[in-house]
Amino acid sequence: MTYFFQNLVNALQWGSFYALIALGYSMVYSILMLFNFAHGDIFMVGAYIGFGVATGLVALTSYGAIVLPGWMILVLTIMISMFLTSLVGVIVERVGYRPLRDAPRASAAITGLMIGIILETGNLAIMGATRVSFPPLIQSVTYDIGGVFVTNKKIMIVVVSLLFMFALHLFVQRSRWGMAMRAMAFDYVVVPLMGVPINTIAAMTFAIGSGLAAVAGILFGVAYPVLDPYMGIVFGWKAFVAAILGGRGSIMGATLAGFLLGFIEIFVAMAFPSTLRDLIAYSIILLILAFRPHGFFGEAYSARLRL
Amino acid sequence: MEVKNANLTKNSKLRGFFSQIPLLAWIIGGLIAVWLEHLAGDRLTDILMLPKIPVLFGFVTMLKKPLLIPSSVIYVLLIYLLPVFIFARLTRSPLNKLAAALFKVPWLSAVIHIVLFYAILHIWADISAYRVLTLRLTLVAVILTLSLNLINGYMGEFSCSHPGFMALGAYMASVLSLVLFVSDRHFGEAVLPAISGPFLFHLVLIGGGIAAALGALVIAVPSFRTRGDYLAIISLAFMFIVKSMIENMEFLRGPRGLSGQPDYATLPVVFTWTVLCVWTINNFVRSTLGKALNAVRDDEMAADAMTVNTRQTKMVAFMFGAFWAGVAGGLFAHVLRYVNPGTFSIQKLAEVLAMVYFGGLNSVYGSIVGAVSLSLLGEALRPLEIFKWIIIPLLLILVMIYRPTGLIAFKEFNVRNLIRPKQEPE
Repeated sequence: MTYFFQNLVNALQWGSFYALIALGYSMVYSILMLFNFAHGDIFMVGAYIGFGVATGLVALTSYGAIVLPGWMILVLTIMISMFLTSLVGVIVERVGYRPLRDAPRASAAITGLMIGIILETGNLAIMGATRVSFPPLIQSVTYDIGGVFVTNKKIMIVVVSLLFMFALHLFVQRSRWGMAMRAMAFDYVVVPLMGVPINTIAAMTFAIGSGLAAVAGILFGVAYPVLDPYMGIVFGWKAFVAAILGGRGSIMGATLAGFLLGFIEIFVAMAFPSTLRDLIAYSIILLILAFRPHGFFGEAYSARLRL
Repeated sequence: MEVKNANLTKNSKLRGFFSQIPLLAWIIGGLIAVWLEHLAGDRLTDILMLPKIPVLFGFVTMLKKPLLIPSSVIYVLLIYLLPVFIFARLTRSPLNKLAAALFKVPWLSAVIHIVLFYAILHIWADISAYRVLTLRLTLVAVILTLSLNLINGYMGEFSCSHPGFMALGAYMASVLSLVLFVSDRHFGEAVLPAISGPFLFHLVLIGGGIAAALGALVIAVPSFRTRGDYLAIISLAFMFIVKSMIENMEFLRGPRGLSGQPDYATLPVVFTWTVLCVWTINNFVRSTLGKALNAVRDDEMAADAMTVNTRQTKMVAFMFGAFWAGVAGGLFAHVLRYVNPGTFSIQKLAEVLAMVYFGGLNSVYGSIVGAVSLSLLGEALRPLEIFKWIIIPLLLILVMIYRPTGLIAFKEFNVRNLIRPKQEPE
């Protein structure tokens, strides 16, 4: 039983990375009806930007230029990297997606893939092939709760991601911009005629999605402090699957499916040899899609709609 | 305005000068060019102070040593461009007559064109082993791209499972040929004498294709119910499942991969299969069933109402495309003589998708152009090291922005028009 709860904690942490990234896919999808295939690599870029900012801040502290405790550096890192990564997201939208808004969707998928390759290679060219390690910002403390070992990092990761998801929910449901986004998701053709600026909304969606990816990247760096330029591929595609599983364009669905994917992966690895993890995880996903072909919260749609 | 007009007339003059030349003349010109390289290439490289014969039309040499750009350009001009153009222009009228005579029996004419074309490739590749390898991989890429274009372009489904099909074909063919023709520790003694290998190898490839086609059933059946993004996910999951399954199969040596495949995938074999593939796929897309594919893509419901059997159409297209992907996988494994599951992953998918969309959707012509140009570009830009992977994606993004369906999309590949004499006899 303790073993089960131990894995539950791990699954929560693992799932929050997937959920944060899947949110980015889902939001872009709900507005523009296309998947941003570069999103996994934006996650990677976010992690690297976070690494750069954190290293810089730690260096400044050690020279005595500023005096900050570790958690403060983490908060600053998250804020600054969210901003910078959002800029990357907006640039990606401007270069790769806006010119293709009226093109077939598959063409936009290709540009997304290509931008992903450019981001990976650019990173490889700048940082070199060696892996970098994220600076330890907070001291790891382990709590023993009835035999289940929980580190403060794990709690922090789950709490911070839930906070961001809740903030996103509030933003989308309560603010005027959120209303504009929901309207745009409802009807992509008429709403712009009502004076909602589509380019601004699209750019904002990319910015928010990229910001969340940056949060995921930094949290990932805190939990597993080794970064490499290809980390975005594995995570990105799995989060993409989670976004689909949740139902296209559904924020709630993406969150739930992200956690579900984390649970499946951790518990499969618990019960079977870990080499079977992908095999079983994807088979379960295929089964789910066989019974609910439109995901958890997705609506059946007519193929004629936007193809 | 004036300048533009002058340019235009000049351009059309040049075009007029080289127009009405039949394909036969270009091909024989090319044959002469590669023959010239075979005879005089070494001597010319000595005169031009090049280290060795430029393997890929001088691109690699130019990028590696900028000082050698002039000599590389002169080399390409003297060996390839001048002979081809001069020969084609000079022999325009006799070869038109010859083409007209051959055209009375179109299939014979086509065969002669193909044989001559193969001769060009063979002599060209004879210069170095690197050329042979590049050429074989390029031809495999052509098969792969064509088979994906069948599903993504002609049928309009965004299928991501092609590396999976390819893996099935590659492993099936590898296991068959390792069991049948090779004695090794892993699979035991050879069942058949090695001498029968080159002949039975074709059956092995077909076996690989059939394995992939059976795998395609997994994708084809869900495609009856859903399309678009969900099919993309199902096919993506299929790809990951195949990769993961092979990694977990100990008798396939797991992630270490299979090696020691016999060297049966020589240039003539790969070329023959490529021609077969182009021929069958081109006929397929021009048949009634091929038109049904387009109908399903444009409007499935209307196609259904017009008595198109959409299920059968999708099934056939998926299995046919997967068959050729499997054959390409089998050839790929025997060209490299090594195969491991890591090859058939997202990178491979991005590569094939790039070739399809670069060349052009719904077009056999485009697939050939896309596969050949991206494969050769990938080799030619090798000296740039990792910056190659910035330049090629940038190029693709530009193509997508300015021609969203690819360079040569929606163009019919008509062999008769290609080999037809270009000048009416007076």
